[in-house]
Amino acid sequence: MSIRHKVLLLDDDQDLLELYREMLARLPSQPEIHTATSGARAISLLESEPFSLLISDLNMPKMDGLQVLTIVRRKFPQLRTAVMTSVVDAQFRTRAYAMGIDLFLEKPNTSQEITFFLDCIESLLGREMDGGFRGVQSKSLVDIIQLECLSQSSSVLKVTNGALNGKIWFNNGEVIDAESQDLSGEAAFRKILSWKTGNFEILPADPERPRTIFNSYQGLLLESAQALDEAQAQVPEGESAPSPEEGAPAPAAESPLAALARFNGVEFVMTVRASDGKFDSWSAENPEQISQWVRQTMQRFRGLGDGLQAGQLSQLEGLGPQCHVALVSKADNDLCVGFHRSLSQDLVRETMSKIATKWAS
Amino acid sequence: MGFLNLLTKRGSQTGANLVRLPTGSFTLDPGGRTVASTLPRSFPAGKVRQIGELVLSTFQAAREAGIPLTELIADYAALKLTARELRGGAIIFLAPRSLGQK
Repeated sequence: MSIRHKVLLLDDDQDLLELYREMLARLPSQPEIHTATSGARAISLLESEPFSLLISDLNMPKMDGLQVLTIVRRKFPQLRTAVMTSVVDAQFRTRAYAMGIDLFLEKPNTSQEITFFLDCIESLLGREMDGGFRGVQSKSLVDIIQLECLSQSSSVLKVTNGALNGKIWFNNGEVIDAESQDLSGEAAFRKILSWKTGNFEILPADPERPRTIFNSYQGLLLESAQALDEAQAQVPEGESAPSPEEGAPAPAAESPLAALARFNGVEFVMTVRASDGKFDSWSAENPEQISQWVRQTMQRFRGLGDGLQAGQLSQLEGLGPQCHVALVSKADNDLCVGFHRSLSQDLVRETMSKIATKWAS
Repeated sequence: MGFLNLLTKRGSQTGANLVRLPTGSFTLDPGGRTVASTLPRSFPAGKVRQIGELVLSTFQAAREAGIPLTELIADYAALKLTARELRGGAIIFLAPRSLGQK
């Protein structure tokens, strides 16, 4: 049974809405078009029934498009969103993409642009329809890789696990390359396979990608599974064996934060739950006060980002005469790491990036 | 294609209701008053005040929490905010980011 998509068009100009409604009604997928002339009305409609796509103007009175998108991304994270605007400005494009929109389109002015616009929207709706893997939890990454190989696919598998992401390239059913953070080839493949959860997306093939992996996919999966088994078996002792990049002595505490504190220059680590302020800390001198500061600061800076429509707060750093701190968020949790004051800002940033990656994984 | 004219006409309108993120800096005294600014006038004074108050209160709260700070850097996807403490006041730099910029 084919699904008829519901598209919500938001623009303060009723005449334009009617035009777009007519244009979109001619799409091959024949979506059901709804319209709204204000952000508040659009949000009410989104709350009342499920939509596949929101297409929003940017320049509107009272609540502008960026404000609408800020609310929509929070309340309806699964909703596809597109901006269609006459405001041709790189900064607004950046800010809209920073909010996680799928498409940023200029209002079409010529018949070619209209065709392009319609093609883009149809493609976006098709992506929604084809995205059958989204949210499938019973399939492991191994299943997906096997599926790509057995079906002789040429594609790129993009895998995201919190702040981490990686790609695996397939060519005619063979794994030819992989990449994750600063790893590539088989090392990256094994790293990606070690992730327990995440999202993935099948991207078009990249025939120009040079081959760096020559092992068969069965061999790769087997070796990765063995490596994972060995790593799991070593966890109790392995926790006390720092890797070369983690030179500081291993803390004796049982706290899961101890693993994050092994990086050079780290003085304390703390996680704070944003919703209720519950915290866990390692080596912080006054954890109660710091946790309150972390929670309040992250909450207020996130609020500032929303108010300015500046996109997600990726990191907050503070440099001080006694210590430096760096804060990041993941879901409902904030991570705060205190660094020795002798560390340079670049080193704080670099180390925090590694710690955040480890925390996310 | 009469409707194309309509689209073209609409397309020439400017984003008067949208506020650009500014490039520039402003300086606050310890009372939170702006003493100097290189921000464009188009950027609302209310937003400047909001940023200033947040920065000063964050420095203050950090001191109270036992982690005094002299510099704060907030990295947003589309904006970098850098604030330096100045004897109870602060100088705050705003720099929008472009796509792909680290």
